[in-house]
Amino acid sequence: MTQTSYDRVKLARDNGRPTGLDYIQNVFKDFLELHGDRRFADDPAIVGGIATLCGDPVTVIAIEKGHNAKERSLRNFGAPHPEGYRKALRLMKQAEKFGRPIVCFIDTSGAYCGIGAEERGQGQAIGENLMEMSTLCVPILSILIGEGGSGGALALAVADRVWMLQNAVYSVISPEGCASILWKDASKAADAAASLKLTAEDAQSLGIIERILPESDLGQKKFYDRISLLLHDELKLLSADTDLIGKRYARFRNLGVSAVETHTRSPYEHLPKLLP
Amino acid sequence: MAIMKFLKPRNQLEEGGRAFAPVQQDEGEPEKKCPNCHKSIPLSRLWANHQVCPCGYHFRMRGRPRIQMLVDAGSFQEMFSDMRSGNPLLFPGYQEKLDNVRSVSNEEEAVVCGTAAINGQSCCLFVMEPYFMMGSMGAVVGEKITSLFEYAAEKRLPVVGFTVSGGARMQEGLLSLMQMAKTSAAVKRHSDIGLLYVAVLTDPTTGGVTASFALEADIILAEPLATVGFAGARVIEQTTKKTLPKGFQTAEFLLDHGFIDQVVPRNGQKKLLGNLLALHHGG
Repeated sequence: MTQTSYDRVKLARDNGRPTGLDYIQNVFKDFLELHGDRRFADDPAIVGGIATLCGDPVTVIAIEKGHNAKERSLRNFGAPHPEGYRKALRLMKQAEKFGRPIVCFIDTSGAYCGIGAEERGQGQAIGENLMEMSTLCVPILSILIGEGGSGGALALAVADRVWMLQNAVYSVISPEGCASILWKDASKAADAAASLKLTAEDAQSLGIIERILPESDLGQKKFYDRISLLLHDELKLLSADTDLIGKRYARFRNLGVSAVETHTRSPYEHLPKLLP
Repeated sequence: MAIMKFLKPRNQLEEGGRAFAPVQQDEGEPEKKCPNCHKSIPLSRLWANHQVCPCGYHFRMRGRPRIQMLVDAGSFQEMFSDMRSGNPLLFPGYQEKLDNVRSVSNEEEAVVCGTAAINGQSCCLFVMEPYFMMGSMGAVVGEKITSLFEYAAEKRLPVVGFTVSGGARMQEGLLSLMQMAKTSAAVKRHSDIGLLYVAVLTDPTTGGVTASFALEADIILAEPLATVGFAGARVIEQTTKKTLPKGFQTAEFLLDHGFIDQVVPRNGQKKLLGNLLALHHGG
């Protein structure tokens, strides 16, 4: 039986999947957690710190959902508050200062919808990450390991390379939300999931991710070792790149361009050439 | 008779003579009811007063009249006006929706961009359009905003932008989400070479636009009582099962919490923007 897009959404949300902390502990060594955004609080939905990858220091940031009811409640079900995004940005700036590459693991249904989150500027926090990540001068590699829910996921994914687990999903809105807004019927979520093009294969064919990571041996040592090696090789390649920021700009700059139609002339002839 | 009550000044704004221009009245003229003071206002009066009720309530305003209100006469040169959305994901119903919205709104897309002068100060200007899918951001909105910031960076011009948006355009899926990153990167490049960006948030500015170029400006202004937020109020209420505080997600709420610089009524915007541009002259 072939899997529908909505089956993939359910797989991506499955409680049994490895979470952010599993990746941190198994892909890297010597993880040292660093807490707090230095502004308001420490958000347990985002875990960050320094670790080593094949002996080299890297900054690691992960959205953590938790495995059981207790952990999930502690981690706010992986829905970060603004202070989580601000902690992530603080650690990324620290990585830039000390020349460490950055690896992010993303697994969230979205940034938290709540009164406090709005009072403390959820939109401002996400926007600032998007802006600042676009010009960080160290390599950034982001991996979607489960749910990639909208702006709350993108706030850790303005990266040089974005990878997805085979059964992770990445979407502008949840299929349920989309169905209830467009068709006033949340039960049409499966149709919405298919239309939103949110699977790893969809994202790759749209040019939004570079690589799909197979899920054979998911959660076993072989699986994590494979990711360690891939990460190590890719980060080595990126570290040698002298035009990281220019290429990162171009990577996002080109997304959606093919969806722009013009009825008279090319959209590009009146555009200025990109700045150096 | 409803229109008669407007023949005499009814409140301070009117008596001060700033808000209301005299308009010839005809019997039976169409009227609009103000949700704030519950009075009916003849449309021609609203038009003459840039869609602001005598009580101070700001109705939503379309993009082009806003440009006309704001810029020096004849100075606006539109750019990228021929860009329009396709249906990149072949999303069911999207093409029909676009065709319909285009013919009803008489616009190709949800943002109008160009160069203009405001009180003699030249700038790049973008104004989002509430009557085009509530200003939602898809690939074209992202491309136009990005192109405008790139153009402004090359010509060393400041950018003034009026936002109104329901968020990302879900019919374009991930491509619309990516416009948040794309526009933010363009704002950053423009900012890093020392150029000014002033945003004016109008009702409503929400979702992906709030979490990208709306709140990334050097100076952020907002219209009175404009709804500005990331998540929708109804969603928050349903998620948290809490009653939202009074005035939650209004411009004034954001001002109190330190996220915007000033709340500015429509009739003061041109002067303030002109002053801000003059203070940053050459950048």
